[in-house]
Amino acid sequence: MGKAMIDSGRLIPRNGAVHPVRRDMEYKTSVLRSPDFPLLSLESTKTEETGPVFGHTSLGPLDNDLILNWSKGLASAIGERILLHGRVIDENGRSVPKALIEIWQANAGGRYRHVEDTYFAPLDDNFGGCGRTLTDAEGRYQFMTIKPGAYPWPNRGNDWRPAHIHFSIFGHSFGQRLITQMYFEGDPLIDRCPIAATIKDRSQLERLVAPLDFLAARPLDFLAYRFDIVLRGRRQTMFENKTEGL
Amino acid sequence: MSAKVSNFQETPSQTAGPYVHIGLMPTHAGNAGSYDGEIGVSPFVDGVKGEIIEIRGAVIDGQGMTLRDAVIESWQADADGRYPGETGADPCVTGHCRFAADPASGEFCLRTVKPGIVADRAGVTQAPHISLWIVARGINQGLSTRIYFEDEDNGSDFLLGRIENKNRCGTLIAKKTGEASYRFEIKLQGPDETVFLDI
Repeated sequence: MGKAMIDSGRLIPRNGAVHPVRRDMEYKTSVLRSPDFPLLSLESTKTEETGPVFGHTSLGPLDNDLILNWSKGLASAIGERILLHGRVIDENGRSVPKALIEIWQANAGGRYRHVEDTYFAPLDDNFGGCGRTLTDAEGRYQFMTIKPGAYPWPNRGNDWRPAHIHFSIFGHSFGQRLITQMYFEGDPLIDRCPIAATIKDRSQLERLVAPLDFLAARPLDFLAYRFDIVLRGRRQTMFENKTEGL
Repeated sequence: MSAKVSNFQETPSQTAGPYVHIGLMPTHAGNAGSYDGEIGVSPFVDGVKGEIIEIRGAVIDGQGMTLRDAVIESWQADADGRYPGETGADPCVTGHCRFAADPASGEFCLRTVKPGIVADRAGVTQAPHISLWIVARGINQGLSTRIYFEDEDNGSDFLLGRIENKNRCGTLIAKKTGEASYRFEIKLQGPDETVFLDI
């Protein structure tokens, strides 16, 4: 069976039960920004099954090193040094090579380098807060970064975000598009966070909590956390390509 | 009792938050120079075949407020309806673009080449359209929708045909506002709520 056969099926429909609810009174901004009507459910078309191809040529050598990329390699960002790594697979368990992973995060003090962030924790002159990479042939990726700080945000009376890293993943088709957040094992703020709590199935939320991966930590240098990601897959049966309605 | 099917479930989504630009459009976040070359700056390059158009609009919440933090990604075919990578596709079309709501006004603008009719499986055709994916603070899972065009024949499009309440079809059709220019508003709630897709 060649690649054409494997990639010719329709996208597996999304399972809403793994995802957050769209509207949650405890996450106040979601109340006016979530659709009232049910979504229109349809089988995927060529539009959702195709997508842009990202080549290694467009990425720079420091793009996946957030400790060094803002200073162009001249100085290190402040914070607890970590390796963040994992694998991207699809719902069929197949590796997703050349997936584009983009991450962004606050600095060690919980401050984002963004024109709209006014939290008084200081910026770090040597930390920008974004990184990107492509997965290898086995779907693996890695970033060097610093552990972000927790920070307060206006929602309920006293809400704090647990330390988290935003992940954007672009697989092979536009219909696989996913943005999520990765949390850190053992953070007591996860259980108090109304954004984490938009995921109602506890076992699904736990999938976003990266465990300490002590075997991947480098002595006298950095700790490591592991975060594996699953993108939508495509059906692969031999009956996929029949004419509509026959 | 039964054997278990071995499979995997998609990773749960979380909101992109208000600082999504840092990761996807660093210049928009005030961080120009983060990368040598940002992704999705334009869906085409010089030499493209077809009509260059501008689609302006806004993403509007349930009380009529315009979102100023929204980021939208688009994906589309070339002027002949071929997606990048397909045989005969226009090499000057990358098909993918990222654009953001203006931080002051909330208005967005997509400058692109007008896509053609897409031939899909088994003789099904799709009217010219652009697929959108919308993220922002408060949107817990990215929202998918499509732009169709007022000045095209949308009558036999398969997706528009599946919208049961025909009054809602218009929410997916960009209004022509001038030569090569259109307007497309995305309404997250209310009687004119945009049709969002689970596709």
